[in-house]
Amino acid sequence: MKHAAFLPRHALQILLDALSGEGYRVVGPRVRDGAILYEELRDVADLPAGWRDEQQPGQYRLERTDTQRSFAWAHGPQGIKPLVFRPRESLWRVHRSADGRMAFSASIPQDPPLAVIGARACDLAALELQDRHFLESIRDPSYAAHRAGLFIVAVHCTHPASTCFCVSTGDGPRAGKGFDLALSELDEGYLIEVGSERGAHIARMLPLQLSSDEQREQAEAEIAHAAALQTRQLPGTNLRDSLFANLDHPRWREVAERCLSCGNCTSVCPTCFCHAEQDLPSLDGQSAEHVRQWDSCFSEGHSTIHGIVIRAETGQRYRQWLTHKLGSWHDQYGRSGCVGCGRCITWCPVGIDLTEEARAICGPNGEGAT
Amino acid sequence: MSKPRIAVHKFSSCDGCQLAFLNAGEDLLTLGALVDIRHFLEAGFAEEGAEVDIAFVEGSISTPDEVERIRRVRANSRHLVTLGACATAGGLQALRNLDDSNEDWKQAIYAQPEFIHTLAHAEPVHAHVKVDFELWGCPVNGRQVLAAVRQLLFGVAPLDERDKVCMECKRQHAVCVMVTQGKPCMGPVTRTGCGALCPRFGRDCYACFGPAENANTAALARRLEGLGLPPVDIARRFLFINSQAPAFREEGLRHYPPGFADD
Repeated sequence: MKHAAFLPRHALQILLDALSGEGYRVVGPRVRDGAILYEELRDVADLPAGWRDEQQPGQYRLERTDTQRSFAWAHGPQGIKPLVFRPRESLWRVHRSADGRMAFSASIPQDPPLAVIGARACDLAALELQDRHFLESIRDPSYAAHRAGLFIVAVHCTHPASTCFCVSTGDGPRAGKGFDLALSELDEGYLIEVGSERGAHIARMLPLQLSSDEQREQAEAEIAHAAALQTRQLPGTNLRDSLFANLDHPRWREVAERCLSCGNCTSVCPTCFCHAEQDLPSLDGQSAEHVRQWDSCFSEGHSTIHGIVIRAETGQRYRQWLTHKLGSWHDQYGRSGCVGCGRCITWCPVGIDLTEEARAICGPNGEGAT
Repeated sequence: MSKPRIAVHKFSSCDGCQLAFLNAGEDLLTLGALVDIRHFLEAGFAEEGAEVDIAFVEGSISTPDEVERIRRVRANSRHLVTLGACATAGGLQALRNLDDSNEDWKQAIYAQPEFIHTLAHAEPVHAHVKVDFELWGCPVNGRQVLAAVRQLLFGVAPLDERDKVCMECKRQHAVCVMVTQGKPCMGPVTRTGCGALCPRFGRDCYACFGPAENANTAALARRLEGLGLPPVDIARRFLFINSQAPAFREEGLRHYPPGFADD
């Protein structure tokens, strides 16, 4: 943060306007229906100033505080994932002409580029993982189109939730990379770091001032404090061998008694990428749209191969999730698929805690005691 | 080639599911061009005994006449598709099955109960005849019904949407009413198809689409208990609209206290 400049609080609107002026559709955190969601943001007055999220397993509540800060909360149910890996998206269309010929056309997204305000370190780590999945081996055209224009204004996390454990996965609370601009929020305004050429271009439009030593120390201290607040952790950074040595652990059956197999965990997980594809024919049968939508290893469809349900039971589905997320991701992507955001804990209707399950199965130090 | 013939039959029901056709707008015109509608009283077509390729059946079987009529419909139809909660899982009127109160209610409600010829139980269509496909919901919606029609016209089995409502909530960015407000939402055990309609308007799902696949009703019941619901309310959540669906029936009856019906 040595090179951070200072942006007075009242000047944040200039950042939003600068991004709009460059052609971005700006989305940022807003309070809607009792949660903080990324939605269209034109006016800084719509930021969740004075709101704080109280998160527990299976519970999320917004509370009023007396702070004027706009980013004094952890996160809502969704990170950046829905902006780039859309929950439902047309991939291609087909039309049958009068002579019976079929004409196929790709549905390449034509939306204006997005700028997202308030991305957290966990979400940036997740985005990097999604990039690896959707861009590296086989380039996904839809994801690539959304991703190419994405401008990211990160905000270092200073108010983790009780369900957060990004320190134990090494992904937060500081946003280290993957942003165009990164903000530290102070009472009087923001420290701004530049992370890219595009970020520098926008930064030049802002009325930046020199930051003081005290401001930079304060910002660092708040990030360090956020790290110290976290109490949850995974029992290790690589649980692959431990998980696969415990495929018959009784805990899988035990967790299945509590698990609703509802797919909330995988839907809020910022790294889960599984999806289903489906054809939606028009009623007259002359055209169809091929649509991709979020799926989950907790669904029947995702457990089916060639008409055979290979994971009929919840315990098998939970095991599939955990052994993939915390296990075989290491083989596929060189790291665990968990970034420690804790959303799966908060948004599980029955409050199942991934860190607790991992500890029960892998032992307190992840050594795989059976 | 002659057009496929369809019929829409009504049994014990409120007629609401038939509106999925009547409210379809332009699609109704398209449908009219694709099929030959032989029987659909609410739309003005009356040929009850017509042989058809697809018969849609709304309503539960709750009178001796209906027992006979559903057999005739079955005999005259290549495919029989239930239309909505009543035909598929009994509907609201099947609440009378829970405590054999049909006779009491008949006496209490009707001025001349001797004219009312009902069965003790209101039953789903599959309790009487073979059903080829079930469309759940109270009511069903146009997207769901027309998708099934289209797939049947293609000669394929309609896609059975059995996932939980939660997955659709998350796709639609509906904020979870259970996690943020402690509302007794049935979404985690209820099948999708409604487009997460209630949660998108801040209301807890009341399970009108019936049980999802692999529904862990016991775990949800424990959660509802944790939210402060007394057993009678937990029973009501499960037994409300689809009480004849086994997964809901069994869980509901576990919480159904003696003398409940006397409340």
